[in-house]
This record gives sequence, C-alpha cells and structure tokens, in this order.
Amino acid sequence: MIRTLRGRPISSGCGQGEALVTKDPISFLGSVDPATGMVVEQEHELEGKCVSNKVLVFPTGKGSTVSSYVMYQLKKNGTAPAAVINRSAEPIVVVGAIISDIPMVDSTEPDAITTIKTGDMVRVDGTRGVVQIL
Amino acid sequence: MHLTREEEAILNGESGPTLQKAMEIITALGDIYKADSLVPIKSAQIAGVSYKTIGDAGLEWISDLEGKVVVPSILNPAGMDLERWREMGIDEEFAARQTRIIEAYRQLGVRCECTCTPYYIDPALASYGDHLAWSESSAVSYANSVIGARTNREGGPSALAAALIGKTANYGYHLDEKRVPVITVHVDCHVSGADFGALGYLIGAQVGADVPMFRLRSRPNDLELKALGAAMAASGAVALYHVEGVTPESDSYQAPAETITIERSQIDEVFEKNCPEEVDLIALGCPHYSAEELEAAANLLEGVTMNKEVWICTSRQVRDKNPDAVHRIEASGARVFVDTCMVVSPATERFGCVLTDSGKALKYIPGMCGVGAGLASTRDCLKGGDID
Repeated sequence: MIRTLRGRPISSGCGQGEALVTKDPISFLGSVDPATGMVVEQEHELEGKCVSNKVLVFPTGKGSTVSSYVMYQLKKNGTAPAAVINRSAEPIVVVGAIISDIPMVDSTEPDAITTIKTGDMVRVDGTRGVVQIL
Repeated sequence: MHLTREEEAILNGESGPTLQKAMEIITALGDIYKADSLVPIKSAQIAGVSYKTIGDAGLEWISDLEGKVVVPSILNPAGMDLERWREMGIDEEFAARQTRIIEAYRQLGVRCECTCTPYYIDPALASYGDHLAWSESSAVSYANSVIGARTNREGGPSALAAALIGKTANYGYHLDEKRVPVITVHVDCHVSGADFGALGYLIGAQVGADVPMFRLRSRPNDLELKALGAAMAASGAVALYHVEGVTPESDSYQAPAETITIERSQIDEVFEKNCPEEVDLIALGCPHYSAEELEAAANLLEGVTMNKEVWICTSRQVRDKNPDAVHRIEASGARVFVDTCMVVSPATERFGCVLTDSGKALKYIPGMCGVGAGLASTRDCLKGGDID
C-alpha cells in the first residue's frame, strides 16, 4: 500500500530512491565527501553511509553556507541524493537543493523522520510537496 | 507570497534557466520567512568570493551561471590581493583558481571590486531607506544601522540571485517591525577607538541576533560604529543596532526596558584576555580601512621601521585615492594589501599569532585561520605588540 505524506514544496522536480533517514542535522561541507557521496563526519549517525541516489531525510541543515555549493558539486559529480526531505528547511540546504536541481520537500504531515524508515522506497514530488512511500 | 505576473513568468522559466533558478531561490526563502511579496533592491553585495571559503564547489556553480545582474553589484573580499598575491605568500594554484572566480563574476556583470566596505567606494549603492541584498555581515550591519538602508544577512547565492532579478523577498529587516530594538545596552564609561571592537565582541555574544539600542556616554564617529557593528556581527548575528541620538533611526524608538550594563572593567578585560606574548603578524583593516584610517596609520608609522610583518587591508579604490598615505605606510615596511583581508586569505595561516585592532578579526582568525589572535588599539598594534 502506498502511503502519502503531504508537505511544503521547496525545490521543484521529482526524485525516487531508497530512503536514508537520520535524526542528526547535516552540514554538507566537511560532512559529505563530494567525490563519493560518503558521510565522513565522525560521530554522525550516517557516518560511513552513502547519500548518492538516496532520498535523504534529515531534520535540518547546519554549519557553513558553503554547504549549498557542496550540494551542487555532488550533483555535478553524480553523487547527489535523488531528493531531500527536511523536517524544517533552512536557507543553506534550500539554496543548495534549488541550485542543484535536487527535489526537496519539508514540513510533511505526518513527520517524515518518524514515518519513513531507512531502506523504504520513496518518491518525492518537490513541485507539489508530496512524498509517497511505495 | 504574492508574485506579479512578470515574476510568476520568470519562476515558470520564461526568461531562461538562470533567472528561473534565481527566482526559485528568492521565492523559497520568501516562503520560509513568510514574505508577502518581492521588493526592488538598489544594490547587491555578494559574498562567496574567496577560493579559501567557497572552494571548487563554489567556483563550479558561479562559472555555470549565465546572464547579467540588473542592479549595481559588488563583491566581498577575495582570498588575495589580486595583483600582489605573491608578496602575501599565496601559491600559483590558489591564485589561478581565485582569478577564475573573479572572472566568472565579471562575466555576470558584477563589479569586481572586492571589499567589505562598499559604502566607501560608491555612496550610490546604499542610502537611507533603500532596500538592498548585501551579504557580508559587517557591511550589512553598517548599511542597516549607520546608513539606515534595509537588508537581511544574505548568503552568497541569494545575494547573487537578487542581483540577477533586481529584487529580494520582503521579510526580516526590510520590514519596520523587525527594526525595533529589543534590548538596551548601557555603556557606563567613556569608549573610543578599538574599545568599540571590544564592546561589540562582548555584546554580540550576549544578544545573538537581537536588535540592541546603545546608550553611550561618548558620541561615536562612523569609524567606531563600523568597528562596533562588525564585531557584533561576528561574535553574534547582529544585523542592525541603534545608538541613541546618533544612528538615523534611533529617534523613532524608546530604549527597551531590558538592559545590559557594560562597565570599563569588562572592556579592559577583553584586551587583557587577548594580549598574546608573541605575535608575528600585525593585521589592520577589518573591516577595510577608510581614507581617514589609512591616514592615521601613516601618521603612526611616520619615521618608524617595522621589524614585523604588517598588513593594512583596504579596498583598491581607497588605496588608489590615497597614494601619499600608502607611500608613507609602505616606507615603514608595512604593506597595504587590497581586495582581501586577514580573515579570508589563506596567507594568514602561516603565522603563529596575529595582533589586530578589530573585534571582528579577533573573533574569526582563530577558527577560520587556525592562528592565535590578540586585540589592541591601532597605536599599540603598530608599536609592535608591546602593549604592557
């Protein structure tokens, strides 16, 4: 059965992939290797996991504004997430998703972080703000 | 958020992909911060220039953009003096990439004057009541507080997006209600010169992103206000402050009841705690020095030979308009570098400890350069750090 979560459209386009869910905020600068898409931040819940082609579900961004550009670099390298879902979007990840053509939705009802499980197949429509667990 | 038919068309891609992306950035931020509409801007000041801070990721993004800015737009400091980078100790590879960043901005029609004090080089960029999209935190503070213009602390991409569209989302410091002071800072002593950097360093950490109203015994000049705002924007996220009887909007507000009182001993303590035993670089000009500050430094260096490395950072325009002061400064062995500063240049990283007259540089140098930092008055800095 398909389960639907409705949220706020942030960055347009559709993306689909396996979910990678964390309760930790993400700073792309210094935390994600743009060449491989691997999370390299020590002690991060996703340390050692790869964000590439995943639907990346995390509460919000943190840290340097340069993270926006790192998301763009991931996209150019083919290592970007397929889509991003945040509990509460902040400007760094929002700008990063938009300039990188990564679909993004936030503030879903019900809450994405507690509803979506790592490994679920998820489809994100960033234009309409709709998330589906397939 | 209400968009005009024309804005809607840009968002739908009718003016091409670069403007579509720019409009998406502006409207997405507008939605997050609950803006009601877009507002035309007078100018943009774009951060994200130093190769040290934006790296290959930023270089790629800026290089891929197409189009031209539609309002006067100017850059933040780069990672090196664009001409004298070898003297700073910058390597060839860094210089090549930094040059590519500047050229990419030039292609977009951005004025490639790299400074955190755009208000010194073109007063037309910001006047009282103008809406702006500026990003460098001290320039934002000066524009809002001293000039009475209106800008949020934009990120590099959002300032560039606003420059391409000529508008930004109408929220935050663009609105009257966000400009009201919420806390009074009562300074119970005489303060002057570098004291303002120390004061800002203390207050920024206490008030965070709030709007403070200062009640001072002495009347600060614009240079002291520049230092105060820069330090508060670094140790906190203050984008706007008022000084009773001094700054242009201060008469519109009552001093808020909640009050912080600062005494002389607290300011002295900032200097005492940040008084390093040994320094190997003296770096002044954060924010970039004005003509008056260059002249004052030249007078302090008259007949002196500096035996330490001394950098004085300013904008290219201020340097070029003040050849006599620059000549006198450089006769002492000190150097006047332009387009850059000690915070955003990797050249600072080879030193052990920097002495500065700036509360902002004091806050940023340890984290951004991995180097120790001390604070002293301009005079004491140029005495070579002999500040007993």
